[in-house]
Amino acid sequence: MPLGRGERGGRLVGDTLRHAWTIARKDLLLEFRTRTAVLSAVVFTALVLTVFNFGRDPTAVATIDLAPSILWVTFSFAAILALNRAFQLELENEALEGLLVSPISRTSLYLGKLVANLMFVAVVECVALPLFVLFFDVSVWRVLAPLIAVIALATVGFVAVGTLFSAMVIRTRFAELMLPVLLLPFFIPPLTGAVQATARLLDGRPLSEAAGWLRLLAAYDVAFLVLATLLFPHTVDE
Amino acid sequence: MLRADGLRHAFGHVMALDDISFSLAPGRTLVIFGPNGAGKTTLLKVLAGLIRPQAGCATVAGGRGAIGWIGHQSHLYGHLTVTENLLFWAALYDVPAERRRARAAEVMRRLAIADQADRRVWALSRGLAQRAAIAKALMHDPQVLLLDEPFTGLDLAAAGEVRALLAQLRGAGRVVVLATHNIDEGIELATDVAFQRRGRFVHFAPRGAHESAEIAEAYRRAVGAGGAGGTAGG
Repeated sequence: MPLGRGERGGRLVGDTLRHAWTIARKDLLLEFRTRTAVLSAVVFTALVLTVFNFGRDPTAVATIDLAPSILWVTFSFAAILALNRAFQLELENEALEGLLVSPISRTSLYLGKLVANLMFVAVVECVALPLFVLFFDVSVWRVLAPLIAVIALATVGFVAVGTLFSAMVIRTRFAELMLPVLLLPFFIPPLTGAVQATARLLDGRPLSEAAGWLRLLAAYDVAFLVLATLLFPHTVDE
Repeated sequence: MLRADGLRHAFGHVMALDDISFSLAPGRTLVIFGPNGAGKTTLLKVLAGLIRPQAGCATVAGGRGAIGWIGHQSHLYGHLTVTENLLFWAALYDVPAERRRARAAEVMRRLAIADQADRRVWALSRGLAQRAAIAKALMHDPQVLLLDEPFTGLDLAAAGEVRALLAQLRGAGRVVVLATHNIDEGIELATDVAFQRRGRFVHFAPRGAHESAEIAEAYRRAVGAGGAGGTAGG
């Protein structure tokens, strides 16, 4: 019996999500086996925070004023490092070619990479946040829940754009260099929103003061998730 | 089952495909020979849907899910075991979850790599990795097999086993399109033979009752001595 439009649509969404999860699980298994990328990103993050810790003059600028910027610059660099590896995995034995021949949609491939990248960056952030608290003696416990919400919102934006650009540059020379050059301008809106919202939270101001910045982060996420999903097929097809 | 109509594609000024048309019914095996740069790989990539041709179209009954593709590389992840790789690709090709392990065991047995099932791919020799790549292409029991230099890296015994497997698949009604660098290797499988040069099929005909030596001689005449050695690649 032929399927109705709704049923076909439901099956299409189901297939897309199932294939995406298959790809994400494979990426995470590969990362778990090698651990090179996550360890590099964690060590890099610790080093950046250490450099900032020793490179600032606490008598000139109060820690609380600098801390949000330091946190987000560190997260941004760590995200770029993580995103660089997203499609590097697929260069081995030209696995990307196999993925493109397979019957999965390009959207599945994008979403699978997005989910794996989100989990990867989340792990790095989970390590970086306690280090940040330790180095800069900033109390985050009373604002932990809203702070995690800000981090989640900004990370989704970073990773949505980063996954797209990571696919775009993978076949170019100097891909590791190209990615930050392309990405950093696109990071400015979520970076601004995240720094402003974090500053207000760490300063003990009510969450309502950061609502505008949270809306900006959410709007950025929705806009770039949709745009990246639409544009992704054009970045991987020859 | 497989049809190409007026395919044209160029990379800059280099014509990779120039008005290529053919169709293959179930059970046919087309072997394409040609010198380096003749456009054989481009043709297979167009048939697989990896490259959109600038003109013409290629259709495969059943779409991408019906294609088994073996390219120059294995498409396998080095840090996963052979079984893990096969299960991953089977999931992408919608092989039912309860059948994947049995199917993986079956294709590994057919390719004589069952004893390599739990080894990571990076630890395999070139020949074993090539067999694992062929196993991966067979996991979803494809109706159309596209093979680009499938005998690369295989020793004589393994190449013989792969040829026997391809003959079995042909007997089971599968369509096979094979581009090989060695005119002596693929010829016995062919039901149809094409010689490709500068993007064009300069010869395309059923093999009929022609002996391998006759076809090899015809190939040398068609593409010229420069591209017609026993190891003409491309």
